[in-house]
Amino acid sequence: METHRYDAIVLGGGPAGLTAAIYLARARLSTLVLDTGTTGGQMNLSHEVANYPGVLATSGAELGRIMRAQAESFGARVISQVELLGVTLQGELKSVEVEDEGLFTAPVVILAPGGAPRALGLDSERRFIGRGISYCATCDGDFFAGQDIAVIGGGNSALEEAVSLTKYASSVTILHEFDHFQAHPWAVEQARANPKIRFMMEQMVTEFEGDERLAAVTSLHKRTGKTVRVPVTGAFIFIGYVPRTLFLSGQVELTERGEIVTDERMRTNIPGVYAAGDARAKLYRQITTAVSDGTVAAIHAAEQVEAWKKKAS
Amino acid sequence: MLQTKLTHIESTKQYQELLTSGKKIAVVCGRMGPMCIPVYDVMDSLKTKYPDVEFMDMEFDAPVAAETIRRLPETRSFQGLPFTVYFRDGKVVAATSSIQNKQQVKEILDAKLK
Repeated sequence: METHRYDAIVLGGGPAGLTAAIYLARARLSTLVLDTGTTGGQMNLSHEVANYPGVLATSGAELGRIMRAQAESFGARVISQVELLGVTLQGELKSVEVEDEGLFTAPVVILAPGGAPRALGLDSERRFIGRGISYCATCDGDFFAGQDIAVIGGGNSALEEAVSLTKYASSVTILHEFDHFQAHPWAVEQARANPKIRFMMEQMVTEFEGDERLAAVTSLHKRTGKTVRVPVTGAFIFIGYVPRTLFLSGQVELTERGEIVTDERMRTNIPGVYAAGDARAKLYRQITTAVSDGTVAAIHAAEQVEAWKKKAS
Repeated sequence: MLQTKLTHIESTKQYQELLTSGKKIAVVCGRMGPMCIPVYDVMDSLKTKYPDVEFMDMEFDAPVAAETIRRLPETRSFQGLPFTVYFRDGKVVAATSSIQNKQQVKEILDAKLK
């Protein structure tokens, strides 16, 4: 198997990983970014990013494309859509095996795998993806013009997207598992003011029904135990994100939610291994906080690589 | 026009010629949206691994899509972008709606177009 040596390997090509790559490559460290998906990460899910300082408004995909180009302009190598066959983080030299590419080694690894939209996990949910169930209102909203649909969730994304979907749908029923919303008060107020939106609280979705397409959502009231069938032809699910850290389990310290534990310098419990971005245990998950994490991790990692190089020479 | 590294299908004539050529074809019909971009990227990454498959795209809102992919019986129930359709000998052998990851695409290619 072909082995390629780098100064630093970044696992993940979202804003945290690409920022780390920009800093590492600018520090003249040979840097490799490996992404199992499309570079840009969850930024790709945003049609418009309007709160990234210095940029009035752009799409998440475009911001990701620019960040990648910036990292590559400083010499970083970025490979997307890779299949990781193995990751070894213990020891002085870390290694990552990638299908069709070979073995990559480096004294430093920055983990920035990001997150993925959380699914309800029902078999019937998988059956209707693309046939009534969607995780992207801006992508699929226009398929539901003049129809009754549901939005599942109670955070900012759920409420904002519910309002946005009223542009197309006849009615939007929000099903939420708690008796209160996690969304900001202004988002709740905006949704409550919309006459096309109705609310069903303390609901646990148990089943999606239909033949070729979705026809109804069945839900259980968590307090009363009463089951309700809500006839809808579309269901948009916005119930948060899960960190993509399954492949790290048993190797690096994770919280019970699967988030990577770090100190303020983004160091994990393994020397030479850092973490940055949404997969890290932290309070706020924004592009700006991911960029900040990537910066801190890269600066500290670069110092560490330089110290090792001096020691070795 | 879609900004991808795939070959674009821009007319119904081009689509018909491809089908009659008997080639193995994967067509991603979508927009430049969050669920579509990753699928274009997956297809691009598979070009070298599946050299006998033509990886192509088609603009969902263009007339060619309304006249071809969107009218197929196999996509009639689809309500999620992109619509991805796989052809062999001019016939549809698989079709998916919404985002697909590399593993899912490879499974279809191995099962239907190998």
